[in-house]
Amino acid sequence: MSSTIFVERRYVAGHPLQLREEAREIGRSAALLFELVHRDLTVRYKRSVLGFLWTMLHPLLLMLIFAVVFSSVFRGRSPHYETYFLSAYIAWNFFAQTTVNAMTSVAWNGPLMKRVRVPQSIFTLSTVISGLVNVGLSLIVLFAIMFATGTPLHATLWFLPVSLLLVGIFSFGASLALTAISIFFGDVREMVQAGMPALMYLTPIIYPISIVPDRYRWIIRLNPLVYIVEIVRDPIYYGIIPSHLTLIVATVVSLGSLTIGWMIFRHMAPRFHAHL
Amino acid sequence: MNVIELQNVSVRYRETKVRSLKEMVIRSLTAHPRSGWFYALRDVSLTIHHGEAVAIIGPNGAGKSTLLRVAAGIIPPSAGVAISRGPVAPVLELGTGFESELSGRENIFFNGALLGCSRDYMRKRVDDIIDFSGIEAFIDAPIRTYSTGMVARLAFAVATAIDAETILLDEILAVGDASFRTRCNERIARFVRNGATVIVVSHELEPLESLCSRAIWVAGGSVVADGAVVDVISRYRDRSQSSAALSA
Repeated sequence: MSSTIFVERRYVAGHPLQLREEAREIGRSAALLFELVHRDLTVRYKRSVLGFLWTMLHPLLLMLIFAVVFSSVFRGRSPHYETYFLSAYIAWNFFAQTTVNAMTSVAWNGPLMKRVRVPQSIFTLSTVISGLVNVGLSLIVLFAIMFATGTPLHATLWFLPVSLLLVGIFSFGASLALTAISIFFGDVREMVQAGMPALMYLTPIIYPISIVPDRYRWIIRLNPLVYIVEIVRDPIYYGIIPSHLTLIVATVVSLGSLTIGWMIFRHMAPRFHAHL
Repeated sequence: MNVIELQNVSVRYRETKVRSLKEMVIRSLTAHPRSGWFYALRDVSLTIHHGEAVAIIGPNGAGKSTLLRVAAGIIPPSAGVAISRGPVAPVLELGTGFESELSGRENIFFNGALLGCSRDYMRKRVDDIIDFSGIEAFIDAPIRTYSTGMVARLAFAVATAIDAETILLDEILAVGDASFRTRCNERIARFVRNGATVIVVSHELEPLESLCSRAIWVAGGSVVADGAVVDVISRYRDRSQSSAALSA
């Protein structure tokens, strides 16, 4: 017998993916995960002169546009509007980009998944991780903007990693479900891409929820993204730790998304190869 | 020890695939009959032991690559059970997982990771890989500037630099010029000598005869013959020649 670890892999027809098995495989593929994130982050900008800086320039340009367009409208309600908007937009953009990128990534890496043994969910996971790195860079830009515009930087920023973890889990779950479905139906990616702007306007990102009449506010509050966005905006803009209620709802929503996403993914995974 | 065990394995696909939601709705409304199954593999059972060198031969579309992928655990069987024991290196098909924007050197690490190797592990082997591929001068240029032959040489060098115990090779004996091919065959022979389990899919029969001890002849998704390499290959040659004579 050799000194290497004894591994037995057993594939029985019709069995869905096992969580423990998949988690172990991902753990064993840590090197690949690192390379995928590295590739995501560098390849996109390989041919551009400013390269990696674009990750930071993007929120900066957006801030200029939105701040100029909307700040006169909402300034009365939200002082330092640019921080109000950007703190939520960064969380939103992470969610929107991650789900769409995850679908693109699986479509793109389809040939790879058919030829090399990789954990099925690794491309989705790597998209989420590189998205989080981009969020980190965007936050640096945001803090710089806050500093420049004299917006107070609150001590509650320490809570941000917890918020981002929840946002990450939520997006990972949604991405798992969407990538699985998009492997079978190519139109799903287009639908999601087209629907994202509508979803953004249904979430209080550019406008404060207070402009929605009291009677209809409960409808807006049915949207899980409201809480996902709130837990990021609260510590940055309002300088408060999210309320217990918000935090509980956000946690339930994130774990719910992960559970449902994984259930869909694990049952569809054994048939991926026929459609990639 | 059995490294790979397939028990009554079938792999099947729908003959026509529904690719969009629109298509699915139309099909369900028009009471379209569900399409039949195409069997890439049908009821295959076989066992491969530790240290064996096995050739898989057969005409195009016989199911050779599918067999290799089921054995490697890349494709789950549609029926039956597929078991692999010990670390099985992924199927090595050249050029898989190369990123055209990354340099040759970066691709060595990326490809290594795909094969399950850490950066440290690859760092120890990177000089050897570059040396074997013989493209040292271009190693820091993006892969998109490489010729097909250069990519294939680099891919082979990476794939065979790692010390896997089970190696699955898909159509990679026909790579590069004659001298490079000789070196490739030497490398594979070294794996066999060192006691690794090697499974090779190829249309090039001569190198198989010297590399392998056992051959499995696949046609139409089923195993036609399984036995000593010389016997199976000579029977396969006879059959190919007679069918060629028939069609001529």
